[in-house]
Order: sequence, then C-alpha cells, then structure tokens
Amino acid sequence: MTKMGRLVSTLVVITSAAWITGCSSSSTTKQAAMPQAKAVDPAIVEQGKQIAFGRSKGNCLACHMIEDGASPGNIGPPLIAMQARYPDKAKLRAQIWDPTSVNPESAMVPFGRMQVLTEDEIDKVVEYIWTL
Amino acid sequence: MKKILISLAVLLVAATTVQAGPEEDRMAFIKYYKGKFPSVPRDEYANGAYAIDPIGRENWEAIEEFPPYEPFIDRGQEMWEKPFANGKGYKDCFPEGPAIAQNYPHWDREQGLVMTLPLALNQCREANGEKPLKYKKGPINNILAYIAFQSRGKVINVEVPKDDPRAMAAFEEGKKFYFTRRGQLNFSCSTCHVQNTGLKVRTEILSPSVGHVTHWPVYRSKWGTVGTLHRRFTGCNKNIRAKPMKAQGPEYRNLEYFLSYLSNGLELNGPGARK
Ligand code: HEC
Ligand code: HEC
Repeated sequence: MTKMGRLVSTLVVITSAAWITGCSSSSTTKQAAMPQAKAVDPAIVEQGKQIAFGRSKGNCLACHMIEDGASPGNIGPPLIAMQARYPDKAKLRAQIWDPTSVNPESAMVPFGRMQVLTEDEIDKVVEYIWTL
Repeated sequence: MKKILISLAVLLVAATTVQAGPEEDRMAFIKYYKGKFPSVPRDEYANGAYAIDPIGRENWEAIEEFPPYEPFIDRGQEMWEKPFANGKGYKDCFPEGPAIAQNYPHWDREQGLVMTLPLALNQCREANGEKPLKYKKGPINNILAYIAFQSRGKVINVEVPKDDPRAMAAFEEGKKFYFTRRGQLNFSCSTCHVQNTGLKVRTEILSPSVGHVTHWPVYRSKWGTVGTLHRRFTGCNKNIRAKPMKAQGPEYRNLEYFLSYLSNGLELNGPGARK
C-alpha cells in the first residue's frame, strides 16, 4: 500500500513537471545560431516549443527525447543536432508533415497530411526543432 | 532499428500469405517477439508489459499483494449464485460453469458468429427475460471477474474450424483490423504492439500482442475500477483519434477472435491489474 502511495505521488510529480515544462513561457532555449542561419524570432521558436510539447498538439515527447522535456518516450530517435543532420529545413518539414513519405512503415504521426497540426503550427515546430 | 523493420516485414509477409493459416500467424508472432525478447520465457507473456518491464513489474507485484479486483470477484459470485426473476440462473445456461472462460471466444456455427463470453452471458440473461448488461463498464465486470478467477490456470485454445469458411473469414477480418492504420494519428494496433513493442510511449512500455487476452477483466488504476477487453479496445482506438467500434459488435468480436488465437497455449490469469 505504501509502495502504491509512493508510486502515485511519483506520477503526480512527473505529470506536474511535464505540465510546468510544457507551459513555461519564459525559458527559451538559448543556442548559438549557426553562422549562415537567418535569425528567427525567439517568440516563434517558443511557440513552436509549446506546440511540440503540448499533449493534445504535437506531443513529440510521446516518442522523442527532447532537451528539457519531461518523461519522453523512445519510439523515435532523440531530437538532437538537428541543423547538422537537416541542413535543408524543407526536408525537416517534410519529415514532420508526412513521415510516411520518407518511410512508408513509419510509426510517426503524419502531422500535416492528417491535419493534426495546421501549416502554421508545423512551420513553428520546424523552427523550434531546428534549434535543437 | 533496421533489423526490427526487416523482421516486421517478414512477419507481415508471413501473416498475409494466402496459404498461411491461424497457426502460421501465431508462430510468426511468437518468433518475432522471441527475436526481440530472447530471454523472456513463453509463459511470461501472460503478464503483458510486465514480462518486459522490470520496474513496472515491481510496482505491479506490490499491487497484486492486495488485489484491487478482489471485491469484484465476490460481487460476481453473488450474481452467479442468485436466480433470475424466473427462478433460473447463470448455472442453468452454463452447467459446466463457472470455470468456463477457456471456452471463449469460439466460433458459433448456428448463429454464424464469434461467440464471446460477455455475449454468451447476455444471451443467457435475455433468454430468461433479464435485461442485457452493458459491455464496457459496470456489473458485467463482476461476473466476468468471478468467472475469470475460477478459470485461472485453464489453457487458452481457440479453434478456427476448417470446415466452416465463415470462421476463417471472421479470423481474417480480425487480423485485417489489427494491421490496418486508422484514426487521425494513423496507427494500427500493430504499429504499437508489434512494430514498437518494448519501446516507450511517454512512460508506458508497449506490450506484445501475445498475452493480451489472458487476464480480463482488468482493474486499471487509470479507470479506478475493472473494465472489459472491449473497453480497452475502445481506449486504444480513441488514443489514436479513431472512432471506436461498438463493444461486442462484429468488428471487436472478430478482433478478439484473432487476438485470442495468438495467446493459444497460455494460461488464463484473470482478473488482472494494470496501470
Ligand atoms: C508516435 C511516435 C512519434 C511521434 C508522436 C513523433 N514522432 Fe518523430 N519519429 C518517430 C519515429 C519512429 C521516427 C523514425 C523515423 C521514421 O520511422 O519516420 C521519427 C523521426 C523523426 C525525425 C527524423 C529524425 C532523424 O533522426 O532523422 C524528426 C525530425 C521527427 N521525428 C520530429 C518529430 C516532431 C517534431 C514531432 C512532434 C510534432 C514528432 N516527431 C512526433 C516517431 C514519432
Ligand atoms: C498509440 C499506441 C497504441 C495503439 C495504436 C494501440 N495501443 Fe493498445 N496499448 C497501448 C498502450 C500504451 C497500452 C498500455 C501498456 C501496454 O500494456 O501495452 C496498451 C494496452 C493494450 C491492451 C492491454 C494489455 C494488457 O496487458 O492488459 C490491449 C488488449 C491493447 N492495448 C489492444 C490494442 C488493440 C486491439 C489496438 C488496435 C485497435 C491497440 N491496442 C492499439 C498503446 C497502443
């Protein structure tokens, strides 16, 4: 019973942590922009982060480890070094818009094709992910 | 990652070849999971995600020391013993009962459908002038819990009779359902429980399909009560933003037929407790 109680409280802590991280509007990720990268409005990046973390929006943390995101899943690879791996932003956008166009067996949600996110929301998510 | 995708492709091919029968499908699943979890013994699959998640298992074992489903078993026993208004009771419908869970689901030739235990219970009630019970929540779980408890240790042995093509068709329908992507999030059951078994969605480790049917009804902490297998189907369908089917409608009964066949040879161990 005590064990159960402890389990529940741990879960509460985890959930509220996720909630706080998902909703804090202050902590914009600071990262040295790559020399040729055009500066993007930090507000857009922050909005992209909100969308990516929101459980009823991108919920990317369900499957990906992302810097300072609480309780991530591991169905997809960790989202790190994105600019290095996706020098072409359009490719990154395509992966998010419809991962099955890249890999037909993909277990990732086709966020654009299935209209889980709007085009505008996807643009913002791309800007955020590209800062990782 | 690549290896997993290849073995998945092999599984899919094995599972969709024309000559393949239910037994070939079952063996393909078992082989696939064996490749993923070489150290997990066969019988362990009856424990779902806890067969492959040592941390979750510890919590689960602690919970099982004071099983949260116990009061429901007791209430179910009362239901089983208590006569209907006409003086008859469940005992008259199921003379070999209450340890009967291993007989379901089965192909019902006369009615030409997959007969599940909840459907059989309600047909018994209606034949005796009683109102049918709801299929997802409520008292049906009590009597199911009692029957499950009495049936512990019996071995699952679902048959798809070869001499009735309708049975094979029902099995195939269930299988198709399992592999078809649906909902706004575009998942099939197999996306999570085959392709990504053992990986985590947030903090939940995805369980293998083999073993999915051994332990119903389940007390879920999330529900705060016991619920039926078809309630779980509904939940998994809703999570991917797909419109759930009707509990005990043909789609979910055929799905149960397919899914139960995969657990052939495993012992029943219901009722269960899950997160
Ligand atoms: C249900 C699981 C799931 C969700 C939710 C998900 N992904 Fe993915 N993601 C995957 C998988 C699996 C892959 C591996 C490649 C593939 O199969 O498409 C992947 C690959 C990626 C890649 C390519 C990574 C690389 O290393 O090349 C990016 C970028 C990506 N996801 C971004 C996102 C973003 C942004 C979101 C949220 C808006 C998201 N994903 C939500 C499962 C998911
Ligand atoms: C987006 C991922 C996802 C999809 C798609 C999905 N499930 Fe699940 N399912 C889960 C998670 C997470 C759990 C809880 C952890 C576990 O036991 O796997 C679960 C649990 C279950 C359980 C209970 C297992 C137990 O031991 O009690 C059953 C049965 C089940 N799913 C069947 C299905 C069926 C049938 C479908 C398709 C209609 C389906 N699932 C689709 C994620 C999914």
